[in-house]
Amino acid sequence: MVTFTLNGIVHSLDVPDDTPLLWVIRDELKLKGTKFGCGMGLCGACTVHLNGQAIRSCITPVATINGQRLMTIEGLGTPEQPHPLQKAWVQHSVPQCGYCQSGQLMSASALLAANPHPTEAQIREAMSGNVCRCGTYPRILKAIQTVTNAMTGEEETL
Amino acid sequence: MRRLSSKTAKTVREPNRQGGVGANVAHDSAVSHVTGRALYVDDLPLLPGLLHLAVGGSPLPHGRLRALDLDAVRSAPGVVRVLTCQDIPGHRDVGPVFPGDPLLVEDRFESVGQALFAVVATSYEAAHRALKQAQIDIDPLPAILDIETALAQQAFVRPSHQQLRGNPDAAIEGATHQLEGEVKVLGQEHFYLEGQVSQANPQEDGGMMIYASTQHPSEVQKLVAEMLALPIHRVQVETRRLGGGFGGKETQAAPVACLAALAAHLTGRPVRYRMSRRDDMIMTGKRHAFLNRWRVGFNAQGVIQGTDITLAAKCGLSPDLSDAIVDRAMFHAGNAYYLGEARVTGHRCKTHTVSNTAFRGFGGPQGMLAAEDMIEHIARHLGEDTLTIRMRNLYTPGGRQTTHYGQTVEDFVLRDLMNRLQDSADYWARREACHTYNQQGGLFRKGLAMTPVMFGISFTAKHLNQAGALVHIYTDGSIHLNHGGTEMGQGLFIKVAQVVAEAFQVDLARVAVSATRTDKVPNTSATAASAGSDLNGMAALNACQTLKLRLIEFACQHFSVTPDEVAFESNHVRVGADRFPFADFVQLAYLNRISLSATGFYQTPFIGYDREKGQGHPFFYYAHGAAVSEVLVDTMTGEYRVLRTDILHDVGDSLNPAIDIGQIEGGFVQGLGWLTTEELRWDERGHLMADSPATYKIPTLGDIPTDFRVAILQDAPNREPTIYRSKAVGEPPFMLAFSVWAALRDAIASLTDYRYSPPLHPPATPERVWQALDAARRWKP
Repeated sequence: MVTFTLNGIVHSLDVPDDTPLLWVIRDELKLKGTKFGCGMGLCGACTVHLNGQAIRSCITPVATINGQRLMTIEGLGTPEQPHPLQKAWVQHSVPQCGYCQSGQLMSASALLAANPHPTEAQIREAMSGNVCRCGTYPRILKAIQTVTNAMTGEEETL
Repeated sequence: MRRLSSKTAKTVREPNRQGGVGANVAHDSAVSHVTGRALYVDDLPLLPGLLHLAVGGSPLPHGRLRALDLDAVRSAPGVVRVLTCQDIPGHRDVGPVFPGDPLLVEDRFESVGQALFAVVATSYEAAHRALKQAQIDIDPLPAILDIETALAQQAFVRPSHQQLRGNPDAAIEGATHQLEGEVKVLGQEHFYLEGQVSQANPQEDGGMMIYASTQHPSEVQKLVAEMLALPIHRVQVETRRLGGGFGGKETQAAPVACLAALAAHLTGRPVRYRMSRRDDMIMTGKRHAFLNRWRVGFNAQGVIQGTDITLAAKCGLSPDLSDAIVDRAMFHAGNAYYLGEARVTGHRCKTHTVSNTAFRGFGGPQGMLAAEDMIEHIARHLGEDTLTIRMRNLYTPGGRQTTHYGQTVEDFVLRDLMNRLQDSADYWARREACHTYNQQGGLFRKGLAMTPVMFGISFTAKHLNQAGALVHIYTDGSIHLNHGGTEMGQGLFIKVAQVVAEAFQVDLARVAVSATRTDKVPNTSATAASAGSDLNGMAALNACQTLKLRLIEFACQHFSVTPDEVAFESNHVRVGADRFPFADFVQLAYLNRISLSATGFYQTPFIGYDREKGQGHPFFYYAHGAAVSEVLVDTMTGEYRVLRTDILHDVGDSLNPAIDIGQIEGGFVQGLGWLTTEELRWDERGHLMADSPATYKIPTLGDIPTDFRVAILQDAPNREPTIYRSKAVGEPPFMLAFSVWAALRDAIASLTDYRYSPPLHPPATPERVWQALDAARRWKP
């Protein structure tokens, strides 16, 4: 039995310890926003937050998250109440096929939570584990910068 | 009546409507994409009794099956059924155009990973575990694994083809200068983030409902029907969206759907087949590797007089789409340059590897590589800047305006575009700065290059240039749109919705687009050849025009007015002096029994290619673009960075600049991967070594140019009557990445004072750049 908090809700599940977290999220908890890309932790499509940090759920055995706090794209924001990054993503027309974008957003939001004012080099570094075959990178960069600039703007007005 | 012709449409656009043609509106699924609500095939609910499928592939590149013992597979935990070719009730060959693609091998296999059998089990893991229990007994046969061997053995999947103008041998010999060369380029793995996947649900009438990630639902429908020996009307296919296609799901999604359908047919249960990433990389076709050889004669100014170009493609085990792909490579072997008296020959080499297939550009990029390699050599030979030689060889009105396949170039936007880009990118000042930097010596060298793209738009198989659409208006004034194109991220759905909103002069929010379905619009072409919005946009507009004519006729009868007194404007319909909200007018038409549903159809005009003669007019028009890239190369290690890229691209009058610029950026990045980091390697036993993202490097955010400036050419409507005078944008930007490859060569050539063009066979990995640097250092004038 493994127990964890996902998007603010406590779940206790009876699944084999070595089940990849991705399949627990998708098949047991029916949250389909987190995607399977490569199954090796190398493309970033399955990125979720574990205690606020971006991790690859496809290579994370579910037993290792016992008692911890998880968040998926469904917890980041909703169409009615989007996270600032989700808003910026739409504003900059980032998604093309969209398949990698929940992973991109989870990596970007973890970055900004840890470092609200990353340099461009830090953004490039932090986002380099998330592959986008449509090549939306220039817009991902702009969208993140839009949010960090807005955050700077807020501070300046305080 | 105000008739919306494609010429006048933009001038009647009104500011109090939202989201018509030309508006920067986001992808229709943007909010769903960013909130994780956009559903792909593998996100469909797991139906009760759903089975999963996995495929057992051949372990060697070529051989015969002596025995296939699957008893242990059958008795493995969770296994419900094992499939071999004997279980197929209808066609066993699922080749899309030509035969050669057995769904499951009967006797002889011709590639590592070719499907021998399939396992259907209660879980994905059980199906994959059971595969390992198979006892496969084989007789190996000699395998052809590379282009050179196939050429030597004259092993081809389709006959060679030639385009000839004049007497190229005499023209080359008679020219002031002659050069010859060879450039090889590797293929490319599609690496769509959503792998191949299909689900088949058996129906009560013995038919099949397929949910597929495919660019070609109609072909999946036809092949599944033939494989199950059913009439086509018993099989329906739905495709809501793809998590990337890029050509990889044009033909090669069909076997995935066929296997799922076969399993569903035999078990009576829904079956999902999602390939693992490794299986996907090993078992599905890729961009063709090419070996290009060229010989050119040119005058003292570097102007080409005669050329002889041979293109040889690694097609793999079967024809798939290779005939058309090599044809397109041949059409583009001159890129934007007049080849003089020319011979272009294309070979479709058979190799015992996976069958290569469509990939953004469809052979065009590989063909263009020959032209660009040739131009670079001419420039270095004469000691001229590569841009100077490129400009001198562009198609020009007058004597040098017909392609080697006989199409007269009528649209000369490229020269002006390149001139504008030279100015906006400050090419010549930066050229001087590069020289100054490089003259300082030191370990680092800078390179700069501008390359053009001239890409022909139309399917070169004429019959594919057709499309259908279906438009309904409901009684509340909302509009439903369906067409034959698939949405794979390119923004097709939103663009065609904008066309419909424009036609009725209503807000875009009134128009909803639904999943592509074979029972809504039949007999469609693949969404490919960059032609999605050209074809489906026109078909949708045709349906709208039918509906508008009906509504106008109704208004004339009902209100005793003449057609010119009826107009669609700002979410209203004006009838004489009255103005009705669109929904009210539609309701009135409904009450008066007017049909509010129409189909639309389109066939591209003015095209045709006589393949026997190798001459004709295969393309409706050309799309253009150019890019300038600057790189910094470490001459000790071969490592480099792209410092800056400037792009100016021709999309005609854009239907949606936000979407189009996204396609340009993304196409460039994908081309950058093909030309720099993505190295598809097989070992000497025919096994793919680059079978995961651990060994196959596609670009990430860290790899894009440090300074990246993308613009679309303004005030350049398409000369041809395309949908609202726009141009196709899917494929052409891919080839803008040649500017990076050329800039790397420029940096390397600086070691020879720009007098030698070292071989740099793409992908220009640091290792290959280092080898080119080494060749440059050893070069003696």
